[in-house]
Amino acid sequence: MTVEALSPARRAERTRPSLARFGRALAPWALPILILVVWEIAARAGLVNARLLPAPSTIASAFWRSLQDGSLIANTWASTKRALIGLLIGGGLGFLGGLATGLWRPAETLLDSTVQMIRNIPHLALIPLVILWFGIGETAKIFLVAIGVFFPLYINTFHGVRTVDRQLVEMAEVYGLDRRARLSRIILPGALPSILVGLRYALGLMWLTLIVAETISATSGLGYMTMNAREFLQTDVVILGILVYALLGKLADWATKAIERRALSWHPAYQIARENKP
Amino acid sequence: MSAASQSFEAPAEARTSAAPAGRRSGRAVSARLLLGVVLPLGLGLVWEAVVASGFASGRLMPPPSRVIAELVRLASTGALWEHSLITLSRVLGGFAGGAVAGIALGVLTGTSRLLRDLLDPSFQALRSIPSIAWVPLFILWLGIFEASKVTLIAVGVFFPVYLGVSSALMSVDRRTAEVGRIFRLSRLATVRRILLPSILPATVVALRTGLGLGWMFVVAAEFMGASSGLGYLLVDGQQLGKPTQILAAILTFAVLGKATDAILASLAAPFLRWQDSVGEAP
Amino acid sequence: MSLAVQRDVAPGAAGAAGLPIRLAGVSKSFGETEVLRRFDLHIPAGQFVAVVGRSGGGKSTLLRLVSGLDQPSGGRVMIGERAVTSLDPAVRLLFQEARLVPWQRVVENVGIARGENWRERALQALRDVGLDGRGDEWPSVLSGGQRQRVALARALVSRPNILLLDEPFGALDALTRIEMHRLLDGIWRERGFTTVLITHDVAEAVALADRVIVLREGRVALDLPVDLEHPRAELADPRAAELQKQILAAV
Ligand SMILES: Nc1ncnc2c1ncn2[C@@H]1O[C@H](COP(=O)(O)OP(=O)(O)O)[C@@H](O)[C@H]1O
Ligand SMILES: [Mg+2]
Repeated sequence: MTVEALSPARRAERTRPSLARFGRALAPWALPILILVVWEIAARAGLVNARLLPAPSTIASAFWRSLQDGSLIANTWASTKRALIGLLIGGGLGFLGGLATGLWRPAETLLDSTVQMIRNIPHLALIPLVILWFGIGETAKIFLVAIGVFFPLYINTFHGVRTVDRQLVEMAEVYGLDRRARLSRIILPGALPSILVGLRYALGLMWLTLIVAETISATSGLGYMTMNAREFLQTDVVILGILVYALLGKLADWATKAIERRALSWHPAYQIARENKP
Repeated sequence: MSAASQSFEAPAEARTSAAPAGRRSGRAVSARLLLGVVLPLGLGLVWEAVVASGFASGRLMPPPSRVIAELVRLASTGALWEHSLITLSRVLGGFAGGAVAGIALGVLTGTSRLLRDLLDPSFQALRSIPSIAWVPLFILWLGIFEASKVTLIAVGVFFPVYLGVSSALMSVDRRTAEVGRIFRLSRLATVRRILLPSILPATVVALRTGLGLGWMFVVAAEFMGASSGLGYLLVDGQQLGKPTQILAAILTFAVLGKATDAILASLAAPFLRWQDSVGEAP
Repeated sequence: MSLAVQRDVAPGAAGAAGLPIRLAGVSKSFGETEVLRRFDLHIPAGQFVAVVGRSGGGKSTLLRLVSGLDQPSGGRVMIGERAVTSLDPAVRLLFQEARLVPWQRVVENVGIARGENWRERALQALRDVGLDGRGDEWPSVLSGGQRQRVALARALVSRPNILLLDEPFGALDALTRIEMHRLLDGIWRERGFTTVLITHDVAEAVALADRVIVLREGRVALDLPVDLEHPRAELADPRAAELQKQILAAV
């Protein structure tokens, strides 16, 4: 409203930086948009083999088709369900295990070196063994996801508990907090940043494990959908599957970031971020 | 295994103990180490005994002795070396490609504002795709043979390296860089004496994470159709119902993964010596 | 501040709130090194004692023994009629660092032990240390002096009989330190708890304490009464300067 009152010179001064800011905001989109346009034109002109790289519009219509026949949602739901159950079981055990070894030294002596040893095994290599054990049903896939997410949560919970400021724990003792109060008011919140880092890694591993497991043995789920599409050379569906994975990965990332923002609002880094918001 | 979390493994020093430093003697430490292997060793022995006494067949979960026998058999026929070598060459090929690309692009976006604005958002978007999801597309594009496998590993290695290098470069303390100007170092000397040492630790961590992911992705790549490599031994073991072969291959994976990581770490150690000396200061 | 009301009450008048401390033949060793050697000390209820000495001389160890955080290797530590065997709610310890819990708001830090209507009591304690209205902030936004004020409020909220301070003002700038001296002096004169202040600042010791003890090689090297009226002018009292010289000679 005060802009009218400004002299032309000052107005120009004001618009120039905002134009630059506008350009800055556009820059990240420039490359993807350019690629999309070139890609579409090249595909339509027959410059690239549509078998290998269908046009963006073809992928969009594949999206629409699979949305209408319900297969996209059914497969996404099948995968999400496995992912979440596995996360709950494996992540829960990892958290509890890390808490036990972090808080209680005998548990560390007994368990930690075993866990560190097993950690060296690439857990995807367990897939064939797990299929032999459980067959190709749901159990095998959930088991694999659980193993995949166990380790990051275990390690980061343990690390978080162990690196809680000893001085704060001592203060809490002096000021008469009992074990439970110390755990809930000092140790768990202190370990939380590290636990959340573990959660973020776990979510990445969760999708990754599931994709491989579903690719190898499944009759539903996103991994099955894309692998099936590859066999029938439906490249558009393959790319669609990749995009859905990206979206799910992003969603998981957003979720942890939201948890972080809420849970770590005491942290100076988050306070600065909030103050800088317009 | 969870290579992605490798960098967050608690360093030995961070495992603060309630007991004051220096109180624990060497004997107590080795006693703790011994106690630590009690569980796996005990479980192995118990399982061995259970199978030997006929309470369980051990077909699905073979006892340690059978796994060792299988390892010896595979080694004596030469199959173990052959498959290990093939897998190793895939990992190293993909690692080299991904690491070079990651460092190059990381340096570009870490030093140029324009390139960062242009490229980084796209990489960030691509990053949220689990690299494994590319497998079917790579197979369609590059065929089912070596190229698609090595590319997958390279993509997996690329992202942690790229992110590690570019964020390390961006966070180089401006004051540190100013030291170069104060002492009138040449541009080259500034890079060599100040910039490189300050991003090297993060780069090594990124490379190790990338290598760990490379080992994970070679498993996935070899699942998707291979007639050789340790992953082939896994799939073969599954199809023929031979858990001993699967376990032998898994163990080999673990040993090779650990060994290559140790080699990478020791190769980097001479360049990081100044960092250790900070930690050792009394 | 409510303290102003009590300004001219003589020190020790409200001594009922304090408890005496007695150390009899107390020794403390860590491995081979003997930090305290058959140490005897009696502190009457309500007295304000300052302990000075070289770094590593066992001052913190002394406080940890009185607070019950550590147990002596020999001898006895008594508070009132009781032997100290564990942490005692009548004793509060203020650390060198404020040790505020970063993820608890200021008022939650003060009421860290919770208990019955802790929030009202914590808010009152904050008012007493001059931090009215800051209860809902995060500790990270406070200055160093404000953080120590919160720590002081946390120590005082449970109305302790004994307050132990381990170089709590060492990291503060000179002006903030003088503010904290006034605050502590005022609250102590109002409440009358027994106070043991560890400090490496001889001027601080003389400005606050009734009695200054110099700790050297695990023993009392000097035990000096300070008969100056409260509140004391921080600067340029010739008697204070003379006492400081005496103390410095003993350290
Ligand atoms: N927990 C401990 N374990 C071993 N030595 C300790 C411990 N606490 C204190 N000491 C030693 O006791 C001596 C006295 O320490 P302290 O009481 O902290 O001195 P001050 O507070 O006077 O500086 C020092 O030499 C210190 O190293
Ligand atoms: Mg001390």
